[in-house]
Amino acid sequence: MSQFKQHSVLPGFNLAIGFTLLYLSLVVLIPLSAAFIRATELTWSEFWTVVITLRVLDSYRLTFGASFIAALINAIFGLLVAWILVRYQFTGKKIIDALIDLPFALPTAVAGITLTALYAGNGWFGQFLEPLGIKVAYTPIGVFVALTFIGLPFVVRTVQPVLEDIETELEEAAAMLGASRLQTFVRIIFPTILPALMTGFALAFARAIGEYGSVIFIAGNMPMVSEITPLLIITKLEQYDYAGATAIAVVMLVTSFVLLLIINLLQWWGRRRNALI
Amino acid sequence: MSIEIRNLNKRFGSFTALNNVSLDIQPGELLALLGPSGSGKTTLLRVIAGLETVDSGQVLFNNEDATHQHIHERQVGFVFQHYALFRNMTIFENVAFGLRVRPKSVRPDNEEINKRVTDLLKLVQLDWLGDRYPHQLSGGQRQRIALARALAVEPKVLLLDEPFGALDAKVRKELRTWLRRLHDDMHITSIFVTHDQEEALEVSDRVVVMNEGRIEQIATPDEVYEKPANPFVYEFLGHVNLFHGRVHKGRAWIGDIEIDAPDHAEAEDLAAVAYVRPHDIEVDREPNGESALAAQIVHILSVGPIVRLELAREENQGKNLIQVEISKERFRGLQLEKGDRVYIKPRRLDLFPHLTH
Repeated sequence: MSQFKQHSVLPGFNLAIGFTLLYLSLVVLIPLSAAFIRATELTWSEFWTVVITLRVLDSYRLTFGASFIAALINAIFGLLVAWILVRYQFTGKKIIDALIDLPFALPTAVAGITLTALYAGNGWFGQFLEPLGIKVAYTPIGVFVALTFIGLPFVVRTVQPVLEDIETELEEAAAMLGASRLQTFVRIIFPTILPALMTGFALAFARAIGEYGSVIFIAGNMPMVSEITPLLIITKLEQYDYAGATAIAVVMLVTSFVLLLIINLLQWWGRRRNALI
Repeated sequence: MSIEIRNLNKRFGSFTALNNVSLDIQPGELLALLGPSGSGKTTLLRVIAGLETVDSGQVLFNNEDATHQHIHERQVGFVFQHYALFRNMTIFENVAFGLRVRPKSVRPDNEEINKRVTDLLKLVQLDWLGDRYPHQLSGGQRQRIALARALAVEPKVLLLDEPFGALDAKVRKELRTWLRRLHDDMHITSIFVTHDQEEALEVSDRVVVMNEGRIEQIATPDEVYEKPANPFVYEFLGHVNLFHGRVHKGRAWIGDIEIDAPDHAEAEDLAAVAYVRPHDIEVDREPNGESALAAQIVHILSVGPIVRLELAREENQGKNLIQVEISKERFRGLQLEKGDRVYIKPRRLDLFPHLTH
């Protein structure tokens, strides 16, 4: 205990940590462990047969794969948006800045319906894409589009403040030493914003894995093709297969946790290497 | 490399940063740009570096117009006040940066880069810090690395923007002498910006005093201190006492004192201000027959070999205390104490008619 509590001039450590643990327990830990306990109603063999059927495996692939690609796309374009919002002055900048948060605020079902209407065969975008042989609505691409939509704010909002903090002196110093704009970006700016970019990526990725509302409308939910894991869980719940639903949930939980942990470790390693103060 | 600056003008909105500035800089010179904040000294430095454009005027490097040259063509090294080291790179990589970003055809090979960086780190006496990161260094060390980094690209001109501004007094003093020595060894044309008059006078070959976007005086440190061109320079460089009086046909009167003023032979009964440095005032217990000003000692501050007295003139009690510096021996000889009445007489003064500050 004495090692756990380090001496500090700031008062209230005991109270604060106590409250934090209680709060985390009530809000996060207890509900999550309930999922694990519920899953233990199944034997190992029952558990495995639930979580590795082909239909479930395909849904993992779609959920994690589409989430990963969506987060990656968001990382690239979110960085671009953040860059423009920080670096340039233009009319309507405030409006664009406010628009960024819209995917946060919008009910996900509304987003799903809107996207479906746009990308369906007779929608604004769909009518042009379909003749080209690109079907978006009711395919995995639709899942990806929805996940991209809901993940954008995470990257923009994490990268923006870091980008704002970069001193212009650093870029001037690089220019004085003969570096081109590209070299300055690659060698100076990018390494500085990389940790924030990774945080944004991780948040967008995590959000996409758990996303349900916007996806089910546009996905079409064809088993083995465009069915996401959260939908499978709902399906199982509707069939009163609570143990089966929690089994899949546990797999998602563990996988998400491991992936987020890896991202955090990468960041920690990067921060040590880059020695940011 | 010689630098010539011709009639530079630069405005930021309604603020005039440079007002028709002209200046010649000799090859191998160490020049100080001295002035209060907002005087345009940093803007001038940034214009020379190519970091700032001008509204009109020219910058010439070796008699060639460089006004519109790109930063990369100017071969200028720049040291920033807050170091601007790349914190994601080691000290070694910071110094090597300028060499590594060169196009392949002119980039030295790794071995050559290694050698050059090691030499530079030795030059700034920090070769043992190569694999550290900037945040692990003290401010003084960081600034020396910033200097090594600027020198790595072999610039023809070195520009330093308040290089010691962010450091504490002791380190600042050390680095100052060190910079002077370094410049004596390398003889690279250097310009540094400072608002610290002591720094400017101690380090530079010539001082350019700037105020409100204009150059007030260009001279050697001695000249600037001994013969300030105008009241601004007088007041900006060191402490100074002001005496109000009159001049008439080569004679000046301050209180009861009458002084020769041969520079102002044509003056016809003008109001004038006399500037006197604290160490140019004589203090005595008796008027000694000559005309002198009576004053009372308000405060005695004894620092090191010099005793600083604050005196109040008897005519205008309390207003405008006069600062006087005398040697400790003189102080002991006179056996002065607070509240004593003394007689003072300026040994040397500069008169500026008309200007009633």
